[in-house]
Amino acid sequence: MMGRLNEANVVLAKEIIGRYPKPRSATIPLLHLAQQQDGYVTDAAMKHIGELVGATSAEVLGTATFYEMFKFEPVGKYLINICGTMSCALLGADQLMHHAEQRLGIKAGSTTPDGMFTLEHAECQAACTEAPCLQVNYRYRYRVTPSDLDALIDDLSSGRLDGEVPPHGTVARVRQHIPSERAVGAVPPDAVSGPPAWVPAPAEAKP
Amino acid sequence: MTATEPGTASAAEPAPNPNDVPITVNGRPVIARKGELVIAAAQRIGEYIPRFCYHERMQSVGMCRMCLVDVDTGRGPALQVSCMITVAPGMVVNTHSLAAERAQEGVIEMLLANHPLDCPVCDKGGECPLQDQSFTHGPGESRYIEEKRHFEKPIPISDLVLLDRERCILCDRCTRFADQVAGDALISFSSRGNNTQITTFPDEPFASYFSGNTVQICPVGALTSKPYRFKARPWDLEQTESTCTTCAVGCRMVIQSSHDELVRYSGVDSDPVNWGWLCDRGRFNYESVNSGDRLAAPLVRDGEELKPASWNAALARAAELISAAKAAGGPASIAVLGGARGTNEDAYAWARLAHDVIGTPNVYPQMGDGVQINVLGFERATIDETASATTVIVIGPDLKEELPVLFLRLRDAVLNRGTRVIELVQKRGGLTPLAWRSIEYHAGGTAQAVAGLAADGDIVAQLAKGNVVIVAGRANLAEHPREGGNGVLAALELVPGAKVLPAFRRGNVVGAIEMGLIPGEGGMQALQIAEAAAAGRIECLILLGCDPLNDFPDTDLARRMMAGAPRIIAVDTFITKSSGAADVVFAAAAYGEKSGTTTNIEGRVTTVAERVTPHGTSRPDWMIAVELADVLGGDLGFGSVDELTDAIAANVAGFGAATADAVRRATDGVLCRGALPPATPRALTVEERNSYDYRLVVGRKLYDNAQGTAKSPALAHLAPGAAVHLHPLDIERVGSSDGADVKVTSKRASLVLKVVADETVVRGSAWVPFNQPGPNIGELIDATQAVTDLRVESF
Amino acid sequence: MNGATYPHAPGFVAGDRPRIVTGRFEYDDAHTLQRFLATGGYQGLQAALSRAPTEVHDEVKNATVLGRGGAGFPAGVKWGLTPQGVWPRYLVVNGDESEPGTYKDRLLMELDPHQLIEGCLIACYAAGLSQCFFYIRGEMALAQERVATALNDAYAAGYVGKNILGSEFSVDIVLHWGAGAYVVGEETALIESLEGNRGMPRLKPPYFPAAIGLYGQPTIVNNVETLANLPWLMLNGAAAYTAIGTPTSPGTRMVAVSGHVKRPGVYEIVNGTTTFRDLLYGDDFCGGIRDDNALKAFVPGGGSAPWFLPEQLDLPFENKLVSAEGSMLGSGAVMVMDETTDIPAAALTLARFYAHESCGKCTPCREGGTWLERIMQRIVEGYGTPRDLDQLLEIGQTICPGQFPHASSDRLGLTAVPFPYRMTTICFVGPSAYVPVHSALTLFPDEFEAKITRRNLIPVSVGASDDSH
Ligand SMILES: Cc1cc2nc3c(=O)[nH]c(=O)nc-3n(C[C@H](O)[C@H](O)[C@H](O)COP(=O)(O)O)c2cc1C
Ligand code: SF4
Ligand code: FES
Repeated sequence: MMGRLNEANVVLAKEIIGRYPKPRSATIPLLHLAQQQDGYVTDAAMKHIGELVGATSAEVLGTATFYEMFKFEPVGKYLINICGTMSCALLGADQLMHHAEQRLGIKAGSTTPDGMFTLEHAECQAACTEAPCLQVNYRYRYRVTPSDLDALIDDLSSGRLDGEVPPHGTVARVRQHIPSERAVGAVPPDAVSGPPAWVPAPAEAKP
Repeated sequence: MTATEPGTASAAEPAPNPNDVPITVNGRPVIARKGELVIAAAQRIGEYIPRFCYHERMQSVGMCRMCLVDVDTGRGPALQVSCMITVAPGMVVNTHSLAAERAQEGVIEMLLANHPLDCPVCDKGGECPLQDQSFTHGPGESRYIEEKRHFEKPIPISDLVLLDRERCILCDRCTRFADQVAGDALISFSSRGNNTQITTFPDEPFASYFSGNTVQICPVGALTSKPYRFKARPWDLEQTESTCTTCAVGCRMVIQSSHDELVRYSGVDSDPVNWGWLCDRGRFNYESVNSGDRLAAPLVRDGEELKPASWNAALARAAELISAAKAAGGPASIAVLGGARGTNEDAYAWARLAHDVIGTPNVYPQMGDGVQINVLGFERATIDETASATTVIVIGPDLKEELPVLFLRLRDAVLNRGTRVIELVQKRGGLTPLAWRSIEYHAGGTAQAVAGLAADGDIVAQLAKGNVVIVAGRANLAEHPREGGNGVLAALELVPGAKVLPAFRRGNVVGAIEMGLIPGEGGMQALQIAEAAAAGRIECLILLGCDPLNDFPDTDLARRMMAGAPRIIAVDTFITKSSGAADVVFAAAAYGEKSGTTTNIEGRVTTVAERVTPHGTSRPDWMIAVELADVLGGDLGFGSVDELTDAIAANVAGFGAATADAVRRATDGVLCRGALPPATPRALTVEERNSYDYRLVVGRKLYDNAQGTAKSPALAHLAPGAAVHLHPLDIERVGSSDGADVKVTSKRASLVLKVVADETVVRGSAWVPFNQPGPNIGELIDATQAVTDLRVESF
Repeated sequence: MNGATYPHAPGFVAGDRPRIVTGRFEYDDAHTLQRFLATGGYQGLQAALSRAPTEVHDEVKNATVLGRGGAGFPAGVKWGLTPQGVWPRYLVVNGDESEPGTYKDRLLMELDPHQLIEGCLIACYAAGLSQCFFYIRGEMALAQERVATALNDAYAAGYVGKNILGSEFSVDIVLHWGAGAYVVGEETALIESLEGNRGMPRLKPPYFPAAIGLYGQPTIVNNVETLANLPWLMLNGAAAYTAIGTPTSPGTRMVAVSGHVKRPGVYEIVNGTTTFRDLLYGDDFCGGIRDDNALKAFVPGGGSAPWFLPEQLDLPFENKLVSAEGSMLGSGAVMVMDETTDIPAAALTLARFYAHESCGKCTPCREGGTWLERIMQRIVEGYGTPRDLDQLLEIGQTICPGQFPHASSDRLGLTAVPFPYRMTTICFVGPSAYVPVHSALTLFPDEFEAKITRRNLIPVSVGASDDSH
């Protein structure tokens, strides 16, 4: 069914779930996985995630919509987030946004008709010393001038940055994998009753 | 109340209770309880702190910030949300300080900022906490001149509930209720910050059996119920406290009317019973009382037709039928069935009429679809005892479907009180996800399944840990009713000290039994009465609000019974399959149209109230009994409900405390336990089954063809409909697929039913919901057998 | 101006100062296990494992490692707050860095992830924490990749997981990542988010994470930079640590300076003694205001901190002194506004930020934040009225009753109102929306006056002349 996690992703999802003492903790990572698969989070994916982590679809929806990064309808291949919080605003974020709107021919919050670019106003990106800054699919560009922005859009359009910027949905390209022979393993909290092995018992007796 | 007036403490007081926490609220010393929230402690002494999100039956979230008060714990006064802070010794609380009042005004102003203020067209207007607290604690004017939030409104979030997101103040009450109390987290906040709203998932409505509670606890008019929408204004409402008799939990509620029509039921917080909650069936089935199909006058058969008649004519005709029957076959040839849906007074009057005036021992309150009545004879547990037991053994039905609010109490016990549930099921149900152990067994094997618990060391250890309560009801309508009793007996053998909470389902079945609507010396039970009637040995059948053609699990036998009885008298609110076949039908007053008392599964006697005038010339059952007795030349001796209630107190064993006056005064009712002996064991013979057969399990759903549901437009379409549920692997085995039609055949007959893949069905069983729209499963049931086995074939 | 910069470390400016957490930043391969091991990596862990957990804990206590997430609470003390005998206990690493102006945790995660892993292990060992969740802000793709790689390598090499370095010490570190919500940086919201829920803060009490945290179990939440201090501390000892800085503010801290300075950047500065003047004007640091303009105001500790004026430049990075002057050091972020700054417009960007980031739980924050933003927007656009100014203060009173902290100013005749403030909300997001509004309004009232239209006060009939009769 469209939007449900595919087989490979279900395997990955189960691996992720297995790292947490309670399956629901995997909700956000699995929503990212769904977004990576489809470019946005579909209703079917949310339902599927609910089944996997033991939550209702409404609960998954509640969680998903709380977070900025999850999109519920298709967005452009490249999501350009221009920061507009104080440090960037002090150094020309507004002009940069204005330029981006002109150049792409769309308003912030919308997508180009060819589905290539979505432009968004973003809040502080933790790059304040490098203002004004932006992210394209969560890859940084620092001290961006209008001509830098033009160049970036050209490079993205022509595919010159394909190796560096994956399409929207993929955030990190490296995943954690815990080798089973090294894993301690996640234990539900109520299955643990005593201190871990390395904690000497008397340490607890001390007031 | 533990408030002490200043200066009243005397030197000779007993040692201080370690649970007492002395605090001061608005200058008055108060003894609060350890762990109590400031908002609750203040309320007990009459200091009402304004609030929106706080609800005494749910966990606090501190969301609305309305309950801010000044709290001083020794470091000077500081604003604190009183719904999140627990009392501490010496705490000084000021709910009216300048700072507290400014904070409360500020919060109101902010809550109103985006509120549409459409009170004149809002159902909640007049009984709205936001409106009320804006008057009492608000700033009096709004300085908000910005554009308000806009949403499409109202939107249905279920078949019964509508949501207006503009009115919503995001108090988290409905969402907490759905998640924490009902366990149906189908509504949730979505988005964030100023865009936060309540939502359901697309195509997954808030289909909870308890959805109506959210309407009741919504502190604004954001959630409204479809049946009540625009029906009345609060100031037009008249209301009386009563008890719901839809099932036998006995939830307290107020019934509200406008212009002599029932318009709403609202839950009342009865601490030992329902904590303010109602299920949707109980909440919304007042629509059936208002139904245009109600019987307005008695009917008397004239050939093929039932024709309206005067009460005198109907009574005279009924008396004739009874006399003729007596003449033909003696008093014992008259049988009285039913009576479990009325009040204690109705049941008592009819019991007296049947036993004393007519003189028949053949009286039975259930339709072969209930629980063995002697389950009442075991040492009985209260709901509170059940919901605080260390272990609860549930044998029988899906409590969520049959006794919904008892399910809520058990859910709370499991989640918040550490109670462990061991359930024995023929099909997993609502309690299964909460159960510590869910033991599956096949119909006919209850006692063995219970005895099998002894083989599990963990279970034995658990049972030894503390109080054990056995909840026992009817697991399967295609199985002999004795199974329940046998299960309890087996469980008591395992845990001799355990108490029993009988899971009777019909509103006042316990009352009917205790009032004497049970067989006299040598009398017959429903099944025997049916067989006797079918064999032509019953001359007159009296049906008290019961519909055997619908309710008796063995439909063929019911048909033969009805056909075999030459004279039938019915007392009913509607023309049903069965009452339509009667010779005389007395139009009965319905719930809300008559007062009296009722008895719940615990034996708690509480009031039911008359709120509206009976429909047409209909009369309460007890009055019909009195009048019929009169025509038959006997005087029952009661002229009013109160006289009857007092007669019950005087004459029914165990009910001495339940005088009319006492029941009215006791907010939580009066616990009464009759003198029935406990059930005794009797083994049933279960025939070997063919390995291709599926053992039939027939269970109830909350919504079915019962009159209260079928005649309530809001509820009628919620009945799921007839279908046969099989485990997916069994569907494969019979070569069918989910949703296809299959042929199911018992020794009796064949039916074509849709098959539903259902993992909660035990392999080798076939589960069918009872009394649903569609093919009637009763056609396949042979009530004389211990169990019913089926062949299932795909087409 | 001096102070080296490295192309692979955008924004970081090294200098001739002690470097406790940025010691490896000059290597462009500092994030690799190889470089890490070649530069003393995991030796702090080894040192810790050779001692009893309580001794390690004592070392951290003695060093007074202050939390770098904003509240400045000593890590050693926090670890001791877990209730006795309750297990399991967890560590949650707060890598959600999103406070306006703040940029340091991301650098630490991108450039030296093994140092953080080592820090986590030391904390788990000392406090008996049996599983660690490393929560990284969702938008930080590179940080997630670097930490994931580092964890994979560290697992393979036996530094994380079962029987670490052959000892009894076993702990999993699980990389977790967010999805964009500033409020999730608040520790109870972080826990909610980690449980798969909406990141709405829980009220403290009862939900102090050290007592009731993740899955209701005792949980230590520490900031990335806080944990980054531990390897150095284990190798060099508390005495060496406290020899840097002052007794109440020992060690170093990372500070990001942004806005109108000549050399915006991230600096590891000596705690307690470095002053704002050093930082803004020092040759080793930012080297002065851009174009040698005059300084108008600065935000000393991230967007949530009340603003300072040039008059506060000589304050050192010392919590107590800064609070007395009406602000806080927060998350180590200084935002600088020069004389050309449109103050109401600058304040609006912050008010908008906090309004946007409200989780929606508390009425005063959810409604008040947006209300503040709307009024500020109107004022900035020139449609404000004098009543709006009062209304801003009134909204402030609902969110933060009573006196609100601000700096002293001779020019304005103001004496300082010390930090902190009272609040009617659960967390600091609500008040933080008011902080910039209040600072701007209190310190620069004339800029607001200048923007306010008097239109509403002008009689409508003013254009009509009497002689038309
Ligand atoms: C609204 C809000 C946002 C916060 N954001 C962060 C954050 O992004 N990173 C962080 O480390 N701490 C943040 N904090 C502080 C944390 O709640 C917590 O105090 C800190 O992570 C504890 O770590 P520390 O003791 O090592 O500083 C935030 C606090 C609040 C109230
Ligand atoms: S102050 Fe704002 S962000 Fe913080 S808990 Fe309350 S509503 Fe949420
Ligand atoms: S009633 Fe206490 S915060 Fe809502």
